[in-house]
Amino acid sequence: MNSPAPTGWDATEPIELDVPQQAPPQAEPIPGEPLQGKHNPRISTPKFLRLGTVYDELTRQRAAQLIAKYPQSRSALLPLLHLVQSVDGCVSADGIEFCAEQLGLTAAEVEAVATFYTMYKRTPCGEHLVSVCTNTLCAALGGDAIYTSLRAKLGVADQETAGTPGEPGSVTIESAECLAACDHAPVVTVNYEFYDRQTVESAAELVDELQAGRRPAPTRGAALSSFKQTELELAGIFTGEQLSAEVAVPTASEQTLRGNTYAGEHAQVAPAMPDSYQMPDKPEPKS
Amino acid sequence: MSTPAGQAGASGEDRAAQQPRPPSTGDQPAVLSPVLTRRWSAPRSWDIDTYRRLDGYTALPKALAVDPAQITELVKASGLRGRGGAGFPTGMKWSFLPPPDGKPRYLVVNADEGEPGTCKDIPFMMADPHLLIEGCLITCYAIGSSFCAIYVRGEAVQAIRRLTNAVEQARAAGLIGKNIQGSGFDCDIVVHAGAGAYICGEETALLDSLEGLRGQPRLKPPFPAVAGLYARPTVVNNVETIASVPDIVSGGSDWFRSMGTEKSPGPKIYSLSGHVERPGQYEAPMGTTLRQLLAAAGGMKDGIPLKFFTPGGSSTPIFTPEHLDVPLDFDNVAAAGSMLGTTALMIFNETVSVPWAVWKWLEFYKHESCGKCTPCREGTGWLTQILRRVVSGAGVPADLDVLADAAENIQGRSFCALGDAAATPILSSFKYFRSEFEDLISGRAAPVIDARELVGAH
Repeated sequence: MNSPAPTGWDATEPIELDVPQQAPPQAEPIPGEPLQGKHNPRISTPKFLRLGTVYDELTRQRAAQLIAKYPQSRSALLPLLHLVQSVDGCVSADGIEFCAEQLGLTAAEVEAVATFYTMYKRTPCGEHLVSVCTNTLCAALGGDAIYTSLRAKLGVADQETAGTPGEPGSVTIESAECLAACDHAPVVTVNYEFYDRQTVESAAELVDELQAGRRPAPTRGAALSSFKQTELELAGIFTGEQLSAEVAVPTASEQTLRGNTYAGEHAQVAPAMPDSYQMPDKPEPKS
Repeated sequence: MSTPAGQAGASGEDRAAQQPRPPSTGDQPAVLSPVLTRRWSAPRSWDIDTYRRLDGYTALPKALAVDPAQITELVKASGLRGRGGAGFPTGMKWSFLPPPDGKPRYLVVNADEGEPGTCKDIPFMMADPHLLIEGCLITCYAIGSSFCAIYVRGEAVQAIRRLTNAVEQARAAGLIGKNIQGSGFDCDIVVHAGAGAYICGEETALLDSLEGLRGQPRLKPPFPAVAGLYARPTVVNNVETIASVPDIVSGGSDWFRSMGTEKSPGPKIYSLSGHVERPGQYEAPMGTTLRQLLAAAGGMKDGIPLKFFTPGGSSTPIFTPEHLDVPLDFDNVAAAGSMLGTTALMIFNETVSVPWAVWKWLEFYKHESCGKCTPCREGTGWLTQILRRVVSGAGVPADLDVLADAAENIQGRSFCALGDAAATPILSSFKYFRSEFEDLISGRAAPVIDARELVGAH
């Protein structure tokens, strides 16, 4: 059950990840029915896929650039995991070793971090990741219905991909926790770009478009790219021209501006600032 | 020079008419006070040119001209309290840092917005990233830091782009880097993306995450002010808190106190969501009531009456229509039995089943429990299973006692506030809506869900 990590183990050596295959996901336990004899998903050894990726010079340069941003190198681990995901579409065994090598960590240390965070995927993601908020507020306004209908439409389970991962038109679906856009509920994101105020019908159309290889514009946010491209940006790698174009896309929605609009219509402004005021003195040093 | 918040060029007479600005009264619609949000409607509001045209980067030189300790005193005098949920006095937090010892100290901005219902910081960072950057620079100067990290939740990719762009613009303008504006003050700002973990909004978990570890909370003390990022003195503040600093420097503490209440001064971004006619962001003086905000937001959607609401996210005890007139500031909300939290007003009408809402929230806490401490890790799992049984119509009368007993044993016995928060929806819903749970168990009410069609992969 424990990862083999004897003393003196070399992080650069190929690691044995041939752990027992995780049992296939099962239906949620039926209330009141004991788990006896069934696979308990809370007790398992995480498995990272061996894809055989060799990270190119550009990726290595980018890794060095990210590490240089921080006072201590390990702070770059989350960005580096986003970086390998931008190459592989998931965090692979190769990606784990790459991060460990760059930061002088053991693979086990990197695995421990990679398994903690929801955004690090362990199976290759589709060209697009569709996340449907099913937290209480979005669910009450239709999020559950959207999620259920999209799952049925795509014919896949949560975190599974319709189509061949990485190929054009492939779509991975997940139910997401609160996406911090509650005033635009129910919310769907594609590669974390907001598609606000969705309905079962509009979400189905959105997925149809994605599967047909088209990229409908988000409600707020830059032109839709791919999961891998977004992951590169989350790592902190931006190119000047692309960033300039992306930030220029308007995001100030009706909901975001509602207070401003109301204040404007009713001629409400905050109290004006005085022309000058007395800055407090420096406190006396404590004896 | 007068720099009115809201509209450039307000005359002295206008000012006299505007001040003071207590919260609105009675059932009149809220009187809004756009300060933090005042640039949001401007075209290209995220651009440095727009920001400068609308008085941006005028507070920074003012701050750099005085002693750093004076800025901390000013923020203390303003009465600014943390906008991330706990409401701790900001100036006092800064003053907890030990005296400088020549080694690094840090500012970390908590932009890991994830509390269900909370949706203010992400539109903020998209609309006016330079206000946050200016706040970071002034705060770093005040606390003697030359490195600031803005930890943004990973899903907020467009906010990350706007912030990254703002940092690059500010760097190009000589506002970030070495010897800023000839003051001798150096400062670097890094925009850091998280990776999808609600717990990283807890400040010590955030620090561990920023250090490249699993985002699990640390034992306190030591508090971050003493041993934070890389075990060095660190200030951790929410986006809205840090973004309040430039205007306090521009207008002074008396101006800031002309809004809100004595113990909760200043403006606040109230986020209205759910069954309301016009959901959105409304910035009003602290102490505005939901009744007033609802009046400004067009009332309940389709006229269906209010059943319950959260004053500040799912982690704050729910309120009912009897709380419509509670002034939404830290002390009045606490006195009424809840917490102001992030002023995330999730509004639910009579069509929503309370046990269902509580069950959904518990699925969230179970998913987001970091696993470090037993009460939260095990407790959220058991609470969820029992709640599933209840909402699917398979509950037994003892379930409610077990739920209450377990929730009470999680609350106050967990490592961090996530465990407390998980117990909150259960305990507060039992206070007002226990009969709804009883009806599901007795069969008087039909099951809310079919157990075999559970939604989500929590």
